[in-house]
Amino acid sequence: MASSAIRSSRHTLFGLFAGAMLCVALFLTVGANGQWDFVLPFRGTKILTMVLVGYSVAVSAVLFQTATGNRILTPGIMGFDSLFILLQTLIVFSIGAQGYTGIDPRVLFAGQAVLMIGFSALLYRLLFHSGGRSLHLLVLTGVVLGILFRSLSEFAGRVISPNEYLFLQDRFFASFNNPDTQLLAFSYGVVGAVSLLAWRMLPAFDVLGLGRERAISLGVDHRRTVGAILAITAVLVSISTALVGPVTFFGLLVSNLAYWLIRSHRHVLILPAATLLAVIALLAGQLVLEQALGFGTNLRVVLEFAGGITFILLLLRDPRR
Amino acid sequence: MFERNGRLVLAWTGVAALALVSLTIGAGTLHLEELFSGSGGNASALLRESRVPRTLALVLAGSSLAIAGLIMQMIARNRFVEPATAGTAESAALGVLAVMLLAPGISVLARMLVAGGFALAGTFLFLLILRRIPHRSALVVPLVGLMLGGVIDSITTFFAYRYDLLQSISTWMAGDFSGVIAGRYELLWIGFALALAGYLAADRFTAIGIGETFAVNVGINYNRVVAIGLLIVSLITASVVVTVGLIPFVGLIAPNLVAMRMGDNARRSLPWVALTGAALILLCDIAGRVVRYPYEIPVGTVVGVVGGAVFLALLLRRERQVG
Repeated sequence: MASSAIRSSRHTLFGLFAGAMLCVALFLTVGANGQWDFVLPFRGTKILTMVLVGYSVAVSAVLFQTATGNRILTPGIMGFDSLFILLQTLIVFSIGAQGYTGIDPRVLFAGQAVLMIGFSALLYRLLFHSGGRSLHLLVLTGVVLGILFRSLSEFAGRVISPNEYLFLQDRFFASFNNPDTQLLAFSYGVVGAVSLLAWRMLPAFDVLGLGRERAISLGVDHRRTVGAILAITAVLVSISTALVGPVTFFGLLVSNLAYWLIRSHRHVLILPAATLLAVIALLAGQLVLEQALGFGTNLRVVLEFAGGITFILLLLRDPRR
Repeated sequence: MFERNGRLVLAWTGVAALALVSLTIGAGTLHLEELFSGSGGNASALLRESRVPRTLALVLAGSSLAIAGLIMQMIARNRFVEPATAGTAESAALGVLAVMLLAPGISVLARMLVAGGFALAGTFLFLLILRRIPHRSALVVPLVGLMLGGVIDSITTFFAYRYDLLQSISTWMAGDFSGVIAGRYELLWIGFALALAGYLAADRFTAIGIGETFAVNVGINYNRVVAIGLLIVSLITASVVVTVGLIPFVGLIAPNLVAMRMGDNARRSLPWVALTGAALILLCDIAGRVVRYPYEIPVGTVVGVVGGAVFLALLLRRERQVG
C-alpha cells in the first residue's frame, strides 16, 4: 500500500517535471523570430529568476506549514515578506538612499537576512510558543500583522524624502520582467547553501509533520528542528522578496496543490512537487500573459486573485485543518 | 444620569478642541488677528475655503465611518467586522474604477451612488459566504472579509493596470484629506445624514444584534432592518471612498473601544462611537500633518498603522479573556 502510493507519487512527480521542462522549452522559443543570441540569454535570465523564486516560495511555504502543523499558514500570509520590506525601508530610512547604494548589495542582503531570521524567530515565539491557540486566531493575527507591517513601511516611506521614496518604489516593485540580475548569481549561492542544510534534515522534517509530541517521543529535537525551519524560511523569503517583491498567496496555492497531488507526507516527494508546480505556474502564467494577452496585466495580480479565492475555499471547507 | 451627560459634554469639548487644533495647522500661516481687523488679509478666505472644510470633512467622515462599523457589527454579529474587513470598502473602490473607465463624465453624486451599489453587492456577497461557513468561529468572519477584500482589490488592480490607471487609482484611494476644499467634500454630509438615520433606528439594530429569533419575537421585520442597515453602511462607505479614499479600521476601533466601557446598547453608545471616530481621525490627520511639516502623510496611512496596532491588541486581549 505504502509503496504503491510512493510509486504513484513518483509518476506524478515525473509528469510535473516533464511539464516544467515543456514550459521552459516553450518559454525559450515561442515567438523568438530567430534572434537567438538576444532571446536566449534574455529569457534564460528570466527563467533562472522564476525557478529560484518558485523554489524559494514553495519550499518556505511547505516547511513553514510543517513547523506550525497546519496547511493554511504560510510565510506570505503571516506577513513575512511585508516584514522584509519594512526592514528594507527602515534601513533606507536610517542610512539614506545614498548610503544604501554605497554598500555592497551582498553585505546588505546578509544583514537583512540576519535581521529577518531574528525577527521571524521573535514572531514565532510570540505567536506559537504558548501553544493551544486556535488556528483562526493565529491566521488572523498574522494577517493583521502583515497589514501593520505594510502600513508601517508606507508610513516610513512617506516620512523619508520624496527622492528616496521613489528609489524605494523602484526597488520594491521589480517584477518578473525586470529582476535584478546582479543579485541572481549570489541568490543562487545562498539558496544552495540553505538547501544543503534542509536536505540533511529532511527525515527530521517528516517526523515533525506527525505533530510536536510524537516528534519528541520519536527522538527529534523539536526546538532545534523548528528553529532550523524558521531560519531557512526567513532566508528563502528574503531571497524571493528581494528578487521580485511580495507574493502573498502563491505559497499557499502551490503547497496545497502539492498536498492534493501527492498522497504522502514525505518531504522528499512534497517539496519537489510544490517547487515544480510553482515553476510551471510562473512560466506558463508569464507565457500566457506575454504571448496571448500582450503584457495586458501583471502576473502577481492574477496569482493574488487565485490565491485569495483558494484561501477562502480552504477556510470554508474545513477550518480545523 | 447627570454624570453620564457630564462625560458626554466632556467628550464633545475634546472633539471641539481637536477640531480647533486642526483649523490652525497647515502649510499656509493663519493670522488670526486679520479676522478681526478687517484689513483684507486672507485669513478668512483660508479658513472658509480650506481649513474649515477639511476639519468638517474629517469630523463627518470619522463619525459616519464609526457608526457604519457599529451597524455592520450588529448585522454580522461580530466585533471585528467593519467596511474594510468585509469587502465593502474595496467594492466601493472597484465601483469608482468602473465609473472612471465607463462614464468618467458623470456627477459626483452619481459616482457615489454607483460606488454605493458596488459596496452593497460586495457586502451582500460577504454575508452570503458567511452563511456557508460550517464552524463559524468569531475570528474566521473578519478573516474571510479581509481575504474577500483582497480578491476584490486584485480585480481593481487588474483593470487599473490594463487601462493604465494604476497610479491615478492609488492616488485616488490613498485616504487623503489634503485635497479637501470647499465644494469638494459636501457628499460627506449625505453620509452623515445616513448615519443620523442609523441613530434613529438604533434600537432595531440592537435587537438584530442579539439575534434573528429575538428580533422577530419583539416584532421586528428582520430582513428589512438588515437591508436598511446594509444600505446605510454601503452609502456611507461610498461617500467617504469617493471623496477622500480608503480609511481603514475607524469603524472597527471606535465601536470596540466604546463597547469595552458601555456594552452593546446602540442607542446609548452611538453618540460615543461617533465622537470617538471623529476624535480618532482628527488625531491621526493632525499627526500626519505635523510629522513631516509642511508635507503631509495621508490619514489613511496613519490610521492604517494605529488601527493595525489596536486591532492586534484587541485580538490578543480577547484571547486572554477567553483564557
